[in-house]
Amino acid sequence: MGTILEARNITKIFPGVRALDNINFSLGEGEIHAICGENGAGKSTLNKVLCGVYPHTDYEGDLLIDGEVSKFKHIADAERKGIAIIHQELSLFNLLSVTENLFVGHEINNGGILDKNAMAKEAYKWIDWLNLEGVLPSMLVGDLGVGKQQLIEIARAIRLTGVRILILDEPTASLTEKETELLHGILMKLRDEGTSIIYVSHKLDDVMELCDKVTVFRDGESVGSADIKDITQDELVGMMVGREISEMYPVMGELPGDEVIFEMKNFNVRERMTHKQVVKDVSLSIRKGEIFGLYGLVGAGRTELISTAYGSDRYIGDGQVFWKGKPLKVKSPVDSLKAGIAYSTEDRKVYGIIPTMSVQKNTTIQFIKSFVNFLSIDKNLEVTRTEEMVDNLGIKTATIETKIVNLSGGNQQKVLLARNLISDIELLILDEPTRGIDVGAKQEIYTIMRELVKSGVTILMISSELPEILGMSDNVGVMHRGRLTCVLDNRAENLTQEMIMEKAAGI
Amino acid sequence: MSDINMAGAGSAKKSIKIDLRKYMMVMALVIIWIVFTVLTRGSYFTPRNLTNLFRQAVFTAILATGMFPVIVLGQIDLTVGSIAALAGGLVGMLTTWMGLPFWFAVAIALIAGMAVGIWNGFWVAYRGVPAFIATLSSMLVFRAVLLGMTDGITISPMPEILKGLGAGFLSPVFGYVLAVLACVVMLFIQWNGRSKKIKMNLPTSSLIIEIIKTILTVGLLFGFMYMMASYKGIPVALMIILILFVIFQYVFSSTVFGRRIYAIGGNANACQLAGINIKASTMIVFAMNGVVAAIAGIFLSSRLNSASSAAASGAELDAIAACVIGGISMLGGIGTISGVMIGALVIQSIQNGMSLLDTPSFWQNIVKGLVLLVAVWFDISRKNK
Repeated sequence: MGTILEARNITKIFPGVRALDNINFSLGEGEIHAICGENGAGKSTLNKVLCGVYPHTDYEGDLLIDGEVSKFKHIADAERKGIAIIHQELSLFNLLSVTENLFVGHEINNGGILDKNAMAKEAYKWIDWLNLEGVLPSMLVGDLGVGKQQLIEIARAIRLTGVRILILDEPTASLTEKETELLHGILMKLRDEGTSIIYVSHKLDDVMELCDKVTVFRDGESVGSADIKDITQDELVGMMVGREISEMYPVMGELPGDEVIFEMKNFNVRERMTHKQVVKDVSLSIRKGEIFGLYGLVGAGRTELISTAYGSDRYIGDGQVFWKGKPLKVKSPVDSLKAGIAYSTEDRKVYGIIPTMSVQKNTTIQFIKSFVNFLSIDKNLEVTRTEEMVDNLGIKTATIETKIVNLSGGNQQKVLLARNLISDIELLILDEPTRGIDVGAKQEIYTIMRELVKSGVTILMISSELPEILGMSDNVGVMHRGRLTCVLDNRAENLTQEMIMEKAAGI
Repeated sequence: MSDINMAGAGSAKKSIKIDLRKYMMVMALVIIWIVFTVLTRGSYFTPRNLTNLFRQAVFTAILATGMFPVIVLGQIDLTVGSIAALAGGLVGMLTTWMGLPFWFAVAIALIAGMAVGIWNGFWVAYRGVPAFIATLSSMLVFRAVLLGMTDGITISPMPEILKGLGAGFLSPVFGYVLAVLACVVMLFIQWNGRSKKIKMNLPTSSLIIEIIKTILTVGLLFGFMYMMASYKGIPVALMIILILFVIFQYVFSSTVFGRRIYAIGGNANACQLAGINIKASTMIVFAMNGVVAAIAGIFLSSRLNSASSAAASGAELDAIAACVIGGISMLGGIGTISGVMIGALVIQSIQNGMSLLDTPSFWQNIVKGLVLLVAVWFDISRKNK
């Protein structure tokens, strides 16, 4: 097999950072090539070079396609060479139908009049090709699950004739296992038809299962490439972090006591727009000093339940909250925060960061009142406390005045943790605390969690990752279709991933 | 690899940060002044004309000050022209027609302004009506209410005491005393801030740069006072905007309320989870804008020495334009009050210069419209780089 794409000595410099430092990378024809690395390792930057987001004048080095040096000025140049990229955030139109999404920008038409029948006919072909059972061309994309949406996005990309190189950036970040399987099936089919695929992912299981080759990036340099069959997952992790992770999860501390600190009774939650019931009569209690893991598949109603109990107005719901044995009236997050309950969202972009603001202002906004001296905010105190948090949590940022959007995902997540931890809280709710974060940052967050528990904080962790649930929780609650099916003791029983998965799948 | 600690290294060498955008508008202003001075052979840059220019800019500047938090919040308010007319009309009716005391009339006008603001805020914050529609409705309704009350009759003259507000001058001596006072306060704030930072072991900007900055500011202040003094003194109008400016500057740079308004404009969803009452904040901002618009209206009626139901029509658009030219993002979350002041000054400088050149008035709107477009385009193209 020949080489279809080669990147030679690529260097890309941002003010103050070498995002790519003399990178070499080559992609063989008809292979699925994984790129792994921690956040900020340079994976996204390379993608942007490959698909023409950064014009050739913005970086040093050569990009060769079929052995010829290619100089892209913009994305269209890369598309003409047959390179397409699927970003982590999908770019579909939720209010348009499957057909309309597939053809947007390249509609079949006769002199400007849309040929709807021809498009619907072709849409059926694609749906069939993607094995999308139960999907009709006329359905709104917003009504489909994330997994199906992703496949439609891929179909849209390869429908443009001559896509030879497909780049996927964290494609399985929000997919269930079943959806991931479906996606992988399609990718293998594409590979067998001759398409070359670059597969950027944090999920090493996926990489091991699907890919042919892997290249590891670290701090803007390529550490090395290997055939998947010649490498173990542990070796891969070792290459990524530059150190062996012997213990991903820090050792558990003391057994929590029996005192119940937080209790939810008879919670029912509905979606705001559709009034669909997503949580049905759930009661749950959490003991002081424990890490309670809440597991469930996507759509099980975990975030809906917990964020409603916290006071978010994302959903409509009712139920009673008891805090240290006494009823707590939660009308809004203000009431929870006052009691000492804080919540960290699973959706950083939409519900977490304030993109217009600096790291410092993002850190202090929630408990800003505690910085007030007479009428004014004490900005010196604000700076000191923020620097403290930055040091304690190991947040990598140029300065605390840097805008938060310029940080990597893992560091943004740490800033959001700092937002909650800058005041003394007693219960910390972490909704998918390590979503979209690299291995190194994950481990750091686990260590922070353990230290918090040691200092007396109780943690409620919602997670979709079974190893994380098993590695961190004292007790595990499992939800299935809006109901809490069981609470398992992770300390006493010898829990396995399979046991939890069975409960989550409702078997 | 984890020992790369960029945080420490970066904050230590915190240098002079230049807000390019802000200085760009100042430069644009200077260029506008130079161009008009040349075109008018010097009659633009005289104490007399500049005094007039500043006085004329005050009305738009007041409205834009109230509009500023609304836009930072990510909202819009089209009612302010109508509120200004209503407030002026109420003062005129209550004093000239009904002979009630001046202070009483002003109080009623301000309360009316706030009431309209609360009405807007209620529909926007608690009933989810888009601000554009809710305030468009109020714009029509409240101007019509005024028209109904006055029957379309222009009220004139305004009470003697009010005339001083729009047309009066403070003696040059007072101006200089004020300038000296301002300098003392400024120096104190700067020195105090610096010594506090040193006490807490925080990095400070270099002393020389701070001294140069201070000298420049003091020079500018006294130059301005001298210029005003060589005509008639400080216009009372300028004092109104100065007080508003100081209040807004403080609230939006140093208080919890101000910080939260910026945050809501940046990401309202995140703010809800962080325990910020978005509805109440929105309501307060609209109410505030109502009061400020009423102040502008009272001021306008005093300057024109009359109040009519057609007064200040279209003024809301000038206010929005001033904000946008001054660098306030229509998407919310970004902008400063000093930018707004410069924006208002840019608009008025162009208008004043063109009147001085006897340009037909339709040209003024053409130029104003194009400047607005270019300012925003410039801002956007700079961000995309």
